[in-house]
Amino acid sequence: MIRETVAQAPASDIAPILLALRGVGKVFSNGVTALNDVDLTIREGDFLSLLGPSGCGKSTALRLIAGLSTPTSGVLDWRGGSPDRANIGFVFQEPTLLPWASVFDNVWLPLRLKGISRAKAAPAVKEMLARVHLTGFEEAVPRELSGGMKMRVSIARAMVTKPRVLLMDEPFAALDEITRFKLNNDLLELWQDERFTVIFVTHSVFESVFLSNRIVVMAARPGRVFDELAIGAAYPRDEVFRTSPDYAALCRQASDVLVNAINSTAGSHHDGH
Amino acid sequence: MTAIDERALKLDPEEARRVRQERLERIGRWVLPLAIMILAIWLWDRICVWNAIPQYILPRPAVVLSTLYNDAGLLFSALLVTLRITFLSLLLAVVGGVGLAVLFAQSKWVEMSFFPFAIVLQVTPIVAIFPLINIYVDNQTTKLLLCAWIVAFFPILSNTTLGLNSVDRNLRDMFKLNGATRWQQLRYLRLPAAMPYFLGGLKIAGGLSLIGAVVAEFVAGATGQSSGLASRIIEAGYRLNAPRLFAALFLISLTGILIFLVLSLISHLILRRWHESALKQER
Ligand SMILES: Nc1ncnc2c1ncn2[C@@H]1O[C@H](COP(=O)(O)OP(=O)(O)O)[C@@H](O)[C@H]1O
Ligand SMILES: [Mg+2]
Repeated sequence: MIRETVAQAPASDIAPILLALRGVGKVFSNGVTALNDVDLTIREGDFLSLLGPSGCGKSTALRLIAGLSTPTSGVLDWRGGSPDRANIGFVFQEPTLLPWASVFDNVWLPLRLKGISRAKAAPAVKEMLARVHLTGFEEAVPRELSGGMKMRVSIARAMVTKPRVLLMDEPFAALDEITRFKLNNDLLELWQDERFTVIFVTHSVFESVFLSNRIVVMAARPGRVFDELAIGAAYPRDEVFRTSPDYAALCRQASDVLVNAINSTAGSHHDGH
Repeated sequence: MTAIDERALKLDPEEARRVRQERLERIGRWVLPLAIMILAIWLWDRICVWNAIPQYILPRPAVVLSTLYNDAGLLFSALLVTLRITFLSLLLAVVGGVGLAVLFAQSKWVEMSFFPFAIVLQVTPIVAIFPLINIYVDNQTTKLLLCAWIVAFFPILSNTTLGLNSVDRNLRDMFKLNGATRWQQLRYLRLPAAMPYFLGGLKIAGGLSLIGAVVAEFVAGATGQSSGLASRIIEAGYRLNAPRLFAALFLISLTGILIFLVLSLISHLILRRWHESALKQER
C-alpha cells in the first residue's frame, strides 16, 4: 500500500532542487545523537512535512536548516549557495511575539531590523496582515489576541520579508482543532498563491497528510529518516478533501508508516515488542 | 474588559454573592487601613491623656500637627534638602544601575567578573563605609549623594541584569535569523523585556534612596553641618523637642509613601497594556 503511494509521481519531482542534506548528523555535548546520517532532498515549491514522535530530532533538523545550529557531520547543500538569512522565515511552536509591541510593530520587526522605516514598511506589513486575515488588528497587542490570531501574526512576521523557505516547528500544536483546521486552510492558500517552499514539523498524521505533498517520517534514538511518502492528492485541498475517503486512506498509510517508525526504535516499549 | 451592567442581569445567588463580595473588598481595601490608622491615633492620644505623659516624652497627635504648622518654614526647607539628595541619588542609581546592567549584558565574562563587587558594596552596611567616604570626599552634598547611591543602585542593577538575561530563547533566535546587530537586539528586545524587572527595582530603589539620604545625613550630622530632615531630628533629640521630632518623622514617612505611590503609578502606566503584573485579576 505504501509503495503504491510512493509510485505516484509527485509534481515536485520535476522542480529544481533547493536544498539537499547529505549524511547530516548532530551529536550534542551531552552525548545525545539527535540526528544520524540524514539524507533529504527539498525541492522548490515543496510542502514537506517532517513527521515523527517526540524526540526524533525534528526540531534539531529544522534548526540546522535555519542555520541556528551547525551539523556535527555531513553537509547542507543549498543550490545557489548558502542562503541569505532573509530567505528563511521561521515560525516557532509558540507565537513568540514581542508582548509590548503592537501587531503592526511585530510584523514590521524583520523589516525594521533591515533598516526599513515604518512608513516604507507599511504597505508590505498591511498586505501581509491582510493575507492572514488580521486587517483591523494593527494596533492590538498580543495579549488582546486569541491563540490562533497570535499564530497568524507570527506567520505574517515570518512571511513579510518574502522568504524562499518557510520553516515551521509544530506551529499549530497548541491550538484547538477548529482553529487548527482554519489555519491549515489559510496556510495552504498562502502557499499556493506565493509558491514558496515549506518545511513543516508536526507529530500529527492528519495535519501532515492534509497539508503536504511529501511526508518524511522520522524515527527516534537515534533521530533518523525512516521513510518517505508522497501525497499525490491535488491542490487546492479544502474541507471536501478533509472528509473524503481518499484523505482517510492516505492518513491510514501515513499512520502505518509512523507506527513502524516508532516500533523500529531499539528498546522501545510500544505495543508489539 | 467591558463593564457589565449588573442591574440589567438577573444574577443567581452565587454570582450575586460574588459581586457583593467584590464590592465589599474594593471598599474595604481603603476603609480598613484608614479606620485602623484613625483608631491608632485616637489610642495614642488617649494614652497620653490617661497616663499624663509629658510632651517632651510623647506629644499628643494634635501637638505634632500644630508643630508641623508652626515650624513649617524650618521643616519644609529641611525636607527640600532631603528630597534633593533623594531624587539626585535615585537618578544616579537609575543611570548607574541600568548602565552597569547593560555593560554586564554585553558579555557573560564582564558580568561574572564585576557582579561580585556590586554585591560586596551592597552587603557592607553603609554606616560602616561612611567614615571612609568622609575622609576622601570634601563636599557635603557629594558625600550624601555617594552614600544614598550605594544603597539605592543595587536593586536596579540586579533586577535589570536579570531582565536583560531572561529573554525568551526563541525570540533571541528570531532576532538572530533576521540578522539583528547587537545594538538592535539590545534596543528592540532586551531593554523592553527588562522593563518590568527594572521598574520593580526602581520601586525598591525609590524607598532605599530616601533611607540612604536620611542615614547618610545622620552619620554626617555627627561630624559636619547639614540641613536636611535628619539633622532636624538629631537637633530636636538633643533639645528634647519631641513634637518637632515626630513632625520630622511624619514628613519622612509621608515622603516615602508618596515616592512609592508615584513609582507604582509610573510602573502601572508603562506596563498596563502588556504585562501580566499590571493586569486586573480575572477569573
Ligand atoms: N541543545 C540540546 N542539547 C542537548 N540535547 C538536545 C538539545 N536539543 C535537543 N536535544 C535532544 O535531542 C533529541 C532530539 O530533540 P528535538 O530535535 O527537539 O526532537 P523533536 O523536535 O523531534 O521532539 C532529544 O533527545 C533532545 O533531548
Ligand atoms: Mg520539537
